[in-house]
Amino acid sequence: MLSQKTLIRLAPWLVVLFCAVLWEAIVVGFKVPSFLFPSLSAVWGATLMHWDPIMMHATQTLFTTLAGFAIAVVFGLALGAAVGSSPVIYKALYPLLVGFNSIPKVAFVPVLVVWFGIGTVPAILTAFLISFFPVVVNVATGLATLEPEMEDVLRSLGASRLDILKKVGLPRAMPYFFASLKVAITLAFVGSVIAETVASNLGIGYLMMAASSSMDMALVFAGLIVIGIMGVVMYELFALVERKVTGWAHRNPNGAM
Amino acid sequence: MDFVRFEDVSLAYQPDAPFAIEDVSLSIRENEFISLVGPSGCGKSTVMKLVTGLKPPSKGYVYVDGRQVAGPQKCVGMAFQASNLLPWRTTLQNVMLPMEIVEPYRSTLRARRAEYEEQARALLKRVGLAGCEDKFPWELSGGMQQRASICRALIHKPRLLMLDEPFGALDAFTREELWCMVRDLWQEEPFTVVLVTHDLREAVFLADTVYVMSKRPGRILVKRDIELPRPRDLDVTYTEPFAAYVHELREHIGHIRGT
Ligand SMILES: Nc1ncnc2c1ncn2[C@@H]1O[C@H](COP(=O)(O)OP(=O)(O)OP(=O)(O)O)[C@@H](O)[C@H]1O
Ligand SMILES: [Mg+2]
Repeated sequence: MLSQKTLIRLAPWLVVLFCAVLWEAIVVGFKVPSFLFPSLSAVWGATLMHWDPIMMHATQTLFTTLAGFAIAVVFGLALGAAVGSSPVIYKALYPLLVGFNSIPKVAFVPVLVVWFGIGTVPAILTAFLISFFPVVVNVATGLATLEPEMEDVLRSLGASRLDILKKVGLPRAMPYFFASLKVAITLAFVGSVIAETVASNLGIGYLMMAASSSMDMALVFAGLIVIGIMGVVMYELFALVERKVTGWAHRNPNGAM
Repeated sequence: MDFVRFEDVSLAYQPDAPFAIEDVSLSIRENEFISLVGPSGCGKSTVMKLVTGLKPPSKGYVYVDGRQVAGPQKCVGMAFQASNLLPWRTTLQNVMLPMEIVEPYRSTLRARRAEYEEQARALLKRVGLAGCEDKFPWELSGGMQQRASICRALIHKPRLLMLDEPFGALDAFTREELWCMVRDLWQEEPFTVVLVTHDLREAVFLADTVYVMSKRPGRILVKRDIELPRPRDLDVTYTEPFAAYVHELREHIGHIRGT
């Protein structure tokens, strides 16, 4: 008998395995033509056959994603700190931020291409544009939830606004910040791949566009799976960092207070 | 010379709002222990904010240590009903917080951290929290958190301690233990205390002077000196004179609520 714990640990792998088997069974069973929907084994075959180019393009995508993500983190942290610690800046910027976030980022790609040409830079910037918003919102929320009593305690000790931000505001915002990183990194993949499909000759997005124009559907699917895997790995990585850095917020039964 | 002095102080939170407190005059001697009682919403916490300079008065003057209060005081100790300990800091780190902000500790912290931490440990030990230095706040009981919170309010040796219903959320036994703790700390190294409470026994047991405030807008209705000899033992709470004080204050409060 499996214990509850082992079951929880195995469950995600079982689901993946189940989907893989189902995929293979449907495609083979219904004899779906492979230029429409290749079987998993065909995708695996294509992956092995094109291993080197796939790795090269995946590295490129990982690089652009991480670069865009890094800019988003720095920018998001700074903007979030500004928005969260000043009601005036909050009021002033929020409508603009929300409006900006409603624009599909793919709409920016042509603009970026005109400015920076085809290649890596538009992909990095698209990854950045799409992923900074959750960081800003979470950091701002974390900062704005300072209890008035704690503020009174600090101010009557003679603490400056900067002191309060450093001693209470930022540490309190950290769980929110790290939670946002998980979301932001997956969004960054979306951004870089979108830009690569339209405006690059490198990266998994480009690889998939090239493969689909030569009707190599197995390679297209291989690209999709590679992106998915990179996304999951990065997500888990940041989830791990989150648990390590802000354990207090999870061990505390009353949440972040 | 009065340490804290209010001259006809009124405060409205918004310019056109009615006064939260009105024409409050009081004077507190250095190292006096005063207690403020009154109905909920009468402006007790507001008086605290005025003493500490977190709010400027709309009318009247507030003086602390002979100087008119302009802006937040630099080194007041405060503790509230909620302990407000920072969950990412250990108990010791929480108690050390004022040392990172208040001068002269702040600028000497780097060089003399060990010495200051020793002071914090000694204070924690003093209130019965030896061994809890490295625990996080959520690992402490409510009473222990409140002890730590009071240590944090006192570590930088403030001349003024503000306590806003600090024992309100505790059970009766723990509350009496903490009364004695505050009494002892105060008796050993006196400082001026303003204690807001709903508990008349607490006020009479701890304070030199009890002020009763009216319903909103808050005014000082009664100033009562408590002439029970010090040091006061918990046994004093079962004596005739103690009961008489509590009863008298009880009647004043009854009047306020009745009208
Ligand atoms: N920040 C604020 N903004 C506007 N009004 C406030 C604010 N704080 C308090 N008040 C008002 O001022 C009055 C006095 O409030 P205060 O908090 O001083 O009462 P209190 O005596 O401490 O009450 P309690 O015993 O319930 O703590 C209340 O009527 C309240 O509505
Ligand atoms: Mg109050």
